[in-house]
Amino acid sequence: MKKILAMLFCCSMLSAAAQVGDGHPLGLRGTAPLDKEAVAPLMPKMVNDDIRRGRAFAMQPPVIPHQIENYQVDRNFNKCMTCHGRDRVLDSQAPMVSVTHFMDRDGNFRSEISPRRYFCTQCHVPQMEVKVPVENNFIDAAKTIAVNKGVKGVNK
Amino acid sequence: MSSASAFSRLKAWGRRYWVTLSTPSKFYSLGFLTVGGFIAGVIFWGGFNTALEVTNTETFCTGCHEMRENVFVELQPTIHYTNRSGVRATCPDCHVPHNWTDKIARKMQASKEVWGNIFGTISTREKFLDKRLELAQHEWSRLKANNSLECRNCHNLNSMDFTRQSRRAVEMHSTVLARGEKTCIDCHKGIAHLLPDLKAAAAK
Repeated sequence: MKKILAMLFCCSMLSAAAQVGDGHPLGLRGTAPLDKEAVAPLMPKMVNDDIRRGRAFAMQPPVIPHQIENYQVDRNFNKCMTCHGRDRVLDSQAPMVSVTHFMDRDGNFRSEISPRRYFCTQCHVPQMEVKVPVENNFIDAAKTIAVNKGVKGVNK
Repeated sequence: MSSASAFSRLKAWGRRYWVTLSTPSKFYSLGFLTVGGFIAGVIFWGGFNTALEVTNTETFCTGCHEMRENVFVELQPTIHYTNRSGVRATCPDCHVPHNWTDKIARKMQASKEVWGNIFGTISTREKFLDKRLELAQHEWSRLKANNSLECRNCHNLNSMDFTRQSRRAVEMHSTVLARGEKTCIDCHKGIAHLLPDLKAAAAK
């Protein structure tokens, strides 16, 4: 009896193990066993199509639709500001950094980028040409409210 | 009195050499002198050019710690040092003109760099950073004056395929660059080395 129970237990464990990965994300390791090194995927390319991406929510920092490899952003120089700076957008036709970037922590508007907003990639990130392993199912506030109010034509 | 005698002595000294030079050779044949002169010329010119080319290599440039530990390190992560196809620019490709006359002129200017090395003008990182703006400005004004010649030795506007460039690049290259209103260095400062504090420089 004990043997049969043990076998049943083993079988159920095996079938459970087989199910892992079916519709579940495997993570960066993939199916590599614990004692083996997984083969790293190729480095993806940075998106460089200059097409502005949408925002998932009102406060979302816009993502960078171009390549920024090796851009110098340090105390001496900020490469991003050579196009996105207030005095450069006329020539570059790039979107200007928003006014919030000129605000210091006390809410005063300064004439230059506030030091706390100086390092662009703290919030703004470039995109990579990859297939997302996990789809994002984020629903923004506006849609959530609409769904809860039962507005016609808006589904979850 | 003494200056007059010094002058006449100089004149006599000069005359002696002139007589030697203008008198036909007593011991060596014309053939020996001609062929010998030719061979000596080849050796001299070959030696000169070889020495010149030796100073025109990255190994030579990075032989000094000033270059090796500052600008050369900064070059390494950039596209001009490491890239997909492995084609790369070495120091002289951008910093020494290819044209002979310009090259010699640049090499003569570079004698100041030898002076700088001997007297340690930028012998520490701090000294280098303090002087970086000035040094960078020399290069920018040189490239501005020669219409970015060293860039154009490799990058040819006529060979640029705009369909393979990003939109931003096309917008700039097909307009201001093509019209000759701007030259490479106007927009591409700091592509190979880090930039100094330009705002502080502008405020000066």
